[in-house]
Amino acid sequence: MSRTFLGMPGTVSMMGYTGKETFPENAAKAVRNSQLRFNLRKATGTIRGRRASVVGELPDWPDLRQAGKAIKDHTLRNLDTYLVRLEEAVTKAGGHVHWARDAAEANRIVTDLVKATGETQVVKVKSMATQEIGLNEALHAEGITAYETDLAELIVQLGDDWPSHILVPAIHRNRSEIRDIFVRHMSEWGRPAPERLTDDPAALAEAARLHLRERFLSTKVAISGANFMVAETGTLVVLESEGNGRMCLTLPETLISVVGIEKLVPTWRDLEVFLQLLPRSSTGERMNPYTSMWTGATEGQEFHLVLLDNGRTGVLADDLGRQALRCIRCSACLNVCPVYERSGGHAYGSVYPGPIGAILTPQLRGMGSELDRSLPYASSLCGACYEVCPVAIDIPSVLVELRGRSRHPVAERAGMAAAGWVFERPGRLARAQRMGGRMRRLVPKRLPGPLGGWTDTRDLPAIPRESFRDWWNRTDGGSR
Amino acid sequence: MRVALFITCVNDTLFPDTGKAVVTLLRRLGVDVDFPEAQTCCGQMHLNTGYRDEGVRLARRFVDVFRDYDAVVVPSGSCGAMVREQYPRLADDGAFAEAVAGTVPRVYDLSEFLVDVLGVTDVGAYFPHRVTYHPTCHSLRGLHLGDRPRRLLEQVKGLELVPLPGAEECCGFGGTFAVKNPDISAAMCSDKVRNVLDTGAEVLCAADNSCLMHIGGTLTRQKAGVRVMHLAEILASTEPGNTREREDSR
Repeated sequence: MSRTFLGMPGTVSMMGYTGKETFPENAAKAVRNSQLRFNLRKATGTIRGRRASVVGELPDWPDLRQAGKAIKDHTLRNLDTYLVRLEEAVTKAGGHVHWARDAAEANRIVTDLVKATGETQVVKVKSMATQEIGLNEALHAEGITAYETDLAELIVQLGDDWPSHILVPAIHRNRSEIRDIFVRHMSEWGRPAPERLTDDPAALAEAARLHLRERFLSTKVAISGANFMVAETGTLVVLESEGNGRMCLTLPETLISVVGIEKLVPTWRDLEVFLQLLPRSSTGERMNPYTSMWTGATEGQEFHLVLLDNGRTGVLADDLGRQALRCIRCSACLNVCPVYERSGGHAYGSVYPGPIGAILTPQLRGMGSELDRSLPYASSLCGACYEVCPVAIDIPSVLVELRGRSRHPVAERAGMAAAGWVFERPGRLARAQRMGGRMRRLVPKRLPGPLGGWTDTRDLPAIPRESFRDWWNRTDGGSR
Repeated sequence: MRVALFITCVNDTLFPDTGKAVVTLLRRLGVDVDFPEAQTCCGQMHLNTGYRDEGVRLARRFVDVFRDYDAVVVPSGSCGAMVREQYPRLADDGAFAEAVAGTVPRVYDLSEFLVDVLGVTDVGAYFPHRVTYHPTCHSLRGLHLGDRPRRLLEQVKGLELVPLPGAEECCGFGGTFAVKNPDISAAMCSDKVRNVLDTGAEVLCAADNSCLMHIGGTLTRQKAGVRVMHLAEILASTEPGNTREREDSR
């Protein structure tokens, strides 16, 4: 695989919320949290089942999937052309386009735009890109408060917490935890929770509705991301379930959208494919309740589009790894992943958790930290993620490739070198097997060092007295 | 037809009975199977742990050893998937790529060889026990074995096959994953074991001893009283006194 340098990527920065802990260390704590395990098992199981049934009812799903893959690949190969086409179309429709090389540049552009309005409060549509760059924190440092309006993001923000899922950021919380967060923290951010709030889902939704409604009506600036950008007309598209996004997209006087450069599709015909792929893969719905589309600025309003690189051109330069840029953030890979289901999203230390995070984060952020080096190993390579991915990202292959670029522990390198040496000559293998056979009674029940990870919960298999190859030789293939 | 057995390093070293069962079974079906002794390991552990160069060296060895056979039978889903799925991607020079392209299509999982090449599902086996089958990830999503193992098991005389809930979910082995992420791996196996126990089966069967080593090691640690068996060993079992018995492992 070659890594061609294609331009001038700036310093990539991504929000992460763990320190030096690696994925296995974070996960070891998560698996012991029974509340977390229960919440995740229930939630991922439900979405998984829903997805399977709505995908199963489409006979042409494999064709749609191939089409989605092909459209994204074509777009990524011609990104330079389509980005310029998008810029022209957005500008023509009265919008302003800004180019941000990295998180710092994007945050500065957005902060300056908000400051220019004289406002100190903004409402936000759920957006992964703005989380990736830590926009809320950057705005806060400049005296601007960002209010999350997606229900789950609101729960995360009120709880001073981190999102743990791409689609359902508060998947790690159950309704009684949410009730407590509302009661304790809503008043710090605006209208307090109603008195005697119960953990009935309808009551919780009503509390959030009342809390947010005031915000929608009084805030003059909104910030969003986008699920797709259509190059031919300069149209941005947001898919959502609650309608809170649409409030933000329509009511305020100024709208600023921060969108990764890979979110492009060339035409509306292409968009049609993704409007089928995304809802079925993410929420398991045939169609999502709200699809908002806007082209440039509406009369009386101002629209800014901030196109974000933040490491994407570096990923694009990688022959195999670039397929991660096809991702449409549906979360199907998270919901089907047996590792994610047991570790939860926080263990990944990135706004992008799960299988897609395990290949995206190390590519965007690099593998400089212990945590980021451990992410490509956060998978049993079971292949369930690849099977459900609506744009056919071969996540297991990219994981294996990233493992090849990782720095390995000394003891492991020695062990692998020894195994390689043994496997190089069948005679060496036979001698090693005979030695094992002779020492079969001496193998301890608990292995030392990292291998103890095996014997902590599992017995070792009994070593046979005779290997297969020795049996074959002794009996002439079983005929003696 | 020249048929070779690729025993795999794990079976060769730790589970020789599986290899003997394959030999017994194939001979019973009239296939004279050869064991090329130059074989060692497919390279999966090295490649999947991030040691590509060693993996490629072992892939080259595999192709050299097996290229002249008409069929190569592999009693392991993950090693079979390594060869069939990953070798073509590793082969980056002309001669190696050509050798891979010539060899890989003739590599069969045991159940594929029986059902697709020999055209049999009733292999004349007798196994009067309650059995549940775990399809294993690489057999399922790598080799796409589909219902071949189930069709073979259904024809075994006396065998009661009970469906395994959550069968398609990974058991948590994943090679070095089991050691690098022991907590998640154990958590996954805990659910697999619960599903196995729920079936009330006496034997858990799979077409991959690596996964069985993991699940079986957990079952014995928990004193669960369920044993694990490779598909080949069940298919090689016959009615007492009926056919040649396979040799005891002593």
